Amino acid sequence: MKKQHAFFKGTYLGLMLLFLYAPILVLIAYSFNQAKTMGHWTGFSLQWYEALFKDSMIMEALTVTLSIAVLSALIATIFGTSAAIGIYSMKKNRRRLIEGISQLPVVNPDLVTGISLMMLFAFIAIRDGYLRLLIAHITFNIPYVIFSVMPKLRQSSNELYEAALDLGCTPFMALWRVVLPDIMPGVVSGFILAFTLSLDDFVVSYFSTQGVQNLSIYIYSIARRGINPKINALSTLMFVAVVTLLIIVNLKSIREEREALVQLKKVASKSE
Amino acid sequence: MKRTVFAYPYVVWMLIFILAPMLLIVYYAFSLKGSLTLQNLAAAFDPLYMQVLLRSVLMALYATAICLLLGYPVAYMLSTMKRTTATLISVFFVVPMWMNFLLRTYAWQVLLDVNGIINGLLTLAGLPKQQFLYTEGAVLLGMVYNFLPFMVLPIYTVLMKLDPSHTEAAADLGANGRQTFFKVVLPLSMPGVVSGITMVFIPAITTFAISQLLGGGKLMMYGDLIENQFLLMQAWGTGSALSFILLILVLISMAVLRFTEGAEQEGGTLW
Repeated sequence: MKKQHAFFKGTYLGLMLLFLYAPILVLIAYSFNQAKTMGHWTGFSLQWYEALFKDSMIMEALTVTLSIAVLSALIATIFGTSAAIGIYSMKKNRRRLIEGISQLPVVNPDLVTGISLMMLFAFIAIRDGYLRLLIAHITFNIPYVIFSVMPKLRQSSNELYEAALDLGCTPFMALWRVVLPDIMPGVVSGFILAFTLSLDDFVVSYFSTQGVQNLSIYIYSIARRGINPKINALSTLMFVAVVTLLIIVNLKSIREEREALVQLKKVASKSE
Repeated sequence: MKRTVFAYPYVVWMLIFILAPMLLIVYYAFSLKGSLTLQNLAAAFDPLYMQVLLRSVLMALYATAICLLLGYPVAYMLSTMKRTTATLISVFFVVPMWMNFLLRTYAWQVLLDVNGIINGLLTLAGLPKQQFLYTEGAVLLGMVYNFLPFMVLPIYTVLMKLDPSHTEAAADLGANGRQTFFKVVLPLSMPGVVSGITMVFIPAITTFAISQLLGGGKLMMYGDLIENQFLLMQAWGTGSALSFILLILVLISMAVLRFTEGAEQEGGTLW
């Protein structure tokens, strides 16, 4: 009986994992196929990878994606950390109001966030596509940084900050040398979260920008027109990059972080 | 200098880039050439658009139901395994979430294509080719594929934290496996189920790229409709009204789900 159970369990989980991974594995296999059409294998080839690296559009989109991810995560971390420190010492009502508004980008459907930003950019005449993209990414990233830093602030004691002031620190120095080291783990995980969210975003970018393409916008414009072996090669490289990153960074902490993200969304949707 | 000063730069940012855009949507939804009107809202309630909305809601419901049916057993099985094994397997369920969702969706395009792998296998088996891509089923499949981990994870988290003494007590009191599951485990895992439903239903109802890629644009969803209004027709009024309706719908479903969760927990403490 018990053995049967274990067998059933293994089969079910195996099938589910097959469902999740089969498309990705097929994609990887066919990125090495010679023929342009899928469905039959005509021989091993690296030509699609070559084509990928020669494609200046893709390389440009990759640069945009990476630079926006780094810049937006960095700026959002600075804004968000400083905001969390400020909000933390606010009076209850004002604090609630600001936290409530901050949750909007988390709770809002991406589609609505993207469209609302598009309208704003048109309204206040920000025309540069790259700047639009950067502002949009900073905007949806900041709340995640705030919500990663906040729990660490609650854990750190206010007395330390006050002691630093008593010992002659300026408020800024006290924050920099006493509070910040204390909440650093939250700041770092906020940065990583912001970075990955920016890399992954499609919907907000698609609506808010104009004239500039990041990788996901480019992929969308191509995939709409059907299958393209260059995209297979690109997917393979991105998947390998993700897996490598996951192995380098501790596997467990990654899972916890995604869980924390799920948790964050849950909390946000509740308190909204 | 007060510490609250450190929040000011962000507060300014927030007012301009979070609050103002939302107000713009409301403004455009309720105004026409500068005067207050319900005309846009009326246009958004066009029967044709309502049909699209109904389709989106139904598709999102189907996707959520399928994710729950497929995902709950996964979460349950993981929770009954040895912790280290379960952690390892749960990581496997999370890894695809780290791949861009467009690429995940595109992968299905590759599988389902008329000249794709599945049709290749059918031909090998001597069966006629099928048109899988650009159908309603393909869009549904794409949604389930993309959102399944979001169902598994919250349920697994709740089940994992479940105190084993509950099930032991049930067994001691003579409940068999089935009874223990339906009367103890399932009710106690409801918070996870509710947050799983929230995390699948809400992105599902606002999805738009999946239907473009796997439905070929023939199958319009509410998200596609909004995109069309803004990017194709430049109709900001109707588009804003549609977005406003979508937003209300999302808020209502969140409230309903939270209410069920609250009622569930209250019932639990009463009992």
